[in-house]
Amino acid sequence: MIKLHSIETLGALDGPGLRTIFFLQGCPLRCLYCHNPDTWSASKGTVVTEEAIVEKALAYKTYTQPKGGVTFSGGEPLLQAKALIPLFRNLKEHGFHIALDTSGYGMPSPKILEELLSLTDLVLLDIKHEDQKEWEKITGKKMDRYWMFKELLLASQAKIWIKHVVVPGLTDQGAHLRALEREVLTFPHERVEKFELLPYHSLGKLKYDQLGLEYPLADTPDMDWEKLCELKKNLTIDCLI
Amino acid sequence: MKQWESFNGGKWQESVDVRDFIQKNYTPYEGDASFLTETTQKTRRLFEKVEALLKEEQKRGIYDVDGSTISGIDHFEAGYIDKENEVIVGLQSDGPLKRLINPYGGYRMVENAIEAYGLDVDPNLINGFKKYRKTHNEGVFQVYNEAIKKARGIGLLTGLPDAYGRGRIIGDYRRLALYGANHLITEKQAFLDEMTFPFTEEKIRQREELSEQIIALRKIMAMAKSYGCDVAYPAINGKEAVQFVYFAYLAGVKESNGAAMSLGRVSSFLDIYIQRDMEQGVLDELGAQELIDQLVIKLRLVRHLRTPEYDELFAGDPNWITEALGGMGLDGRTLVTKTTFRFMHTLTNLSPSPEPNMTVLWSSNLPESFKQFCADLSIETSSIQYENDDIMRSMYGDDYGIACCISAMALGKEMQYFGARCNLAKALLLAINGGVDELTGEKVLQGIAPIELKVLDYETVMVQYKKVLNQVAELYVNTMNSIHYMHDRYAYESAQMAFHDPHVNRYMAFGVAGLSIVADAFSAMKHAQVETVREGQKVVDYKIHGDFPAYGNDDDRVDEIGVEILETFIEALRQNETYRQSKHTLSVLTITSNVVYGKKTGATPDGRKAYEPFAPGANPMHGRDVNGALAALNSVAKLPYKNVCEDGISNTFTIVPDAIGKLPRHRVDNLVTIMDGYFNQKGHHLNVNVLRKERLLDAYKHPDKYPNLTIRVSGYAVRFNKLTKEQQLDVIHRTFHEKI
Repeated sequence: MIKLHSIETLGALDGPGLRTIFFLQGCPLRCLYCHNPDTWSASKGTVVTEEAIVEKALAYKTYTQPKGGVTFSGGEPLLQAKALIPLFRNLKEHGFHIALDTSGYGMPSPKILEELLSLTDLVLLDIKHEDQKEWEKITGKKMDRYWMFKELLLASQAKIWIKHVVVPGLTDQGAHLRALEREVLTFPHERVEKFELLPYHSLGKLKYDQLGLEYPLADTPDMDWEKLCELKKNLTIDCLI
Repeated sequence: MKQWESFNGGKWQESVDVRDFIQKNYTPYEGDASFLTETTQKTRRLFEKVEALLKEEQKRGIYDVDGSTISGIDHFEAGYIDKENEVIVGLQSDGPLKRLINPYGGYRMVENAIEAYGLDVDPNLINGFKKYRKTHNEGVFQVYNEAIKKARGIGLLTGLPDAYGRGRIIGDYRRLALYGANHLITEKQAFLDEMTFPFTEEKIRQREELSEQIIALRKIMAMAKSYGCDVAYPAINGKEAVQFVYFAYLAGVKESNGAAMSLGRVSSFLDIYIQRDMEQGVLDELGAQELIDQLVIKLRLVRHLRTPEYDELFAGDPNWITEALGGMGLDGRTLVTKTTFRFMHTLTNLSPSPEPNMTVLWSSNLPESFKQFCADLSIETSSIQYENDDIMRSMYGDDYGIACCISAMALGKEMQYFGARCNLAKALLLAINGGVDELTGEKVLQGIAPIELKVLDYETVMVQYKKVLNQVAELYVNTMNSIHYMHDRYAYESAQMAFHDPHVNRYMAFGVAGLSIVADAFSAMKHAQVETVREGQKVVDYKIHGDFPAYGNDDDRVDEIGVEILETFIEALRQNETYRQSKHTLSVLTITSNVVYGKKTGATPDGRKAYEPFAPGANPMHGRDVNGALAALNSVAKLPYKNVCEDGISNTFTIVPDAIGKLPRHRVDNLVTIMDGYFNQKGHHLNVNVLRKERLLDAYKHPDKYPNLTIRVSGYAVRFNKLTKEQQLDVIHRTFHEKI
């Protein structure tokens, strides 16, 4: 059984081609800039069978199979890693390209993660920060699980897209981005297909209001596009904004 | 014949057969767009003048009217915009953007327009006409009974062509270029001469119509002559071919003011002439593009005199000069030619524009480079619509055109009796309220018992609804029969019909609005609790307790209700005999009238409040499709075209550029994949808008900044600044498939 938050049938950014995105319910992190607080609680969401997900994926095969596939996002999909293994296997049998959108933070054992990664074609890895203190400040959790995931990811065959959210005053320092770049360079070059800097936006605020939650970045403005372009100029590897 | 030299011969030389000529002579093009050129200096100069005129028209509402002449093929002096720069000539009247007085459909429309816009029209013109000539509109109202008048009055049947030209007839205008008027007259005369007794009513009518067509062809010759052109004989080169096709079309819009008057499918036909000229070294690419640019400029200037109320229903002054582009041939070769590209390139060379209504006949087998070219242009201009060639080709062959927005018909061989649409949501409310209109309290249908349940029960309401649909179908078919009997009689389109075979196959095109509302309403009754709120006997509102699957989420539980309703309604229509044995067809299409329908309809059991707009065409209701754009496409693709909605199923797909890809080439690739996917699943029609919401909001506030901003709405395109503010807001609010 899988705990699902929602489905986006037209995904064009989270992996190559057109993709069906399954947003899974539940996330242990509380990132300050999270724009999906509705996916946090592990007790909410809809419980669906593996077959129901495969059936959904097949309904969009005509759009996603030529060049795209399916993406599992969240929430944090690693929370449900064990249940994802048979599902991924099933999807692979139907010829789907599978992407996993993760922060690298999950509870499962290394063995489970290893198996899951062996079934994953592409990992969209959101590196919250390269510095432990900052990583933990942003997410509210310990960074060691990220390192464990990273190690297993390095040992796998999956392609990698790395992304990072640039937030004014939080993650927009030149020195930090250069350090982040060094972190990116520790991944095998031939497998890292993309390095993306995502500008922070405050559109998620509405959801906090609806959930009666306080918005942690109430005073933070949206990331300025031009400033982000400037920051990018100081980096040596090609990255997309 | 000299004009046909160097063409490959065939059946087309023995009898009128444009398709055979195309098949024997055209050159499919599978390359990319790199051969295209910019516009010539002549065209640029001409277009500058035209743009100034259009700007002035936008300011005034109506630029000018010919106040001293009644419309007709040869009633006007030759007119020019800028004679020395006009390569293709001919205007409806003796000057550009002058609207014609056409009272044949009904003089009230003309009088109201004159009054509303304060136009300077000779009063004797209308009065004289009134005195001596009966109109289509007068005829219709003589035969309408009370039931029809009521159904019309409360907005159960709306947009009926009983006071204006019905349109939706496509002459095969290519015939004038290929054969010349003399040959067409000879063939029609021969047919007349061979007709034998008994002269039944149908035969007499056919003889009269053929005679009218011959007169029309003679008038077309006279009209062309006033521009110094002789169309008695076939066109001799590319320039003449374009000119003749345009004259044939022009005759139609001088004579009639049909709501939608398509161009047909001329590009690849014209390509044969252009190609021949190029091979003979008398035309280069610039010259070829000039011919097409100039044709398109002329098409953009076609106008009809309408009232403000008409504009509310059909927003943005549309004419649906629909040109069907591309598609595949029955033999597997693509019908895309270089001139298909040239035609679409006018959107770049001139400006994005709603007219002509560019309609790409999409097939998964289209050349990849053409698909990419289309997707790229859609992203840039939002001016193109797409229709499923693979399903239509199997029904209409490979030489069909699109009338109005989405209706297919074989060119020169078929015609349509246009029937606007019936409000399915209103019909549901009549079923609940025992045939009483929820807004006026008027009893409209007899023999329907009111539903007295506090909580609506799916089965009970469905049984009652089907009973109502049967009554509505009877009313609707008989209304249409009355309208088209009178239209044939008092406003016959002789110029357009002159470019048809003597025997034509006729469709009677019925339509529905409010499908998504009804599907959701029944889904709510089945999966949630729908409580009625009454004022006395009458249900005036509904309270819904619980969740229900909504149409637009690719959920069979509700999508199948939509299918069932369409199947029920077409079957009910088929129980009623049509005028001239025309074939019943059905469309799911609203034009921009989804706003007007909303205003005429009380609260509905799907949770829609009274007076709120409907969804356009077959689109899901605003905000209810929560699984992304492809789920909505899948829901619409389930509605059956073949045997059920053969007049078309309109779907408008609006998306922000970022949602279909980060980089331009990804967007193009992804849009191609989306269209391949949608049409592979038998989706019929897709309007594609790629727009930024902020841009629309800015255009709403500052219309002057965006004179060319064009968007696709149900089945056609409009300039955004020609919509009413209310319609603009509706477009903005309506499902933008956008995520944060």
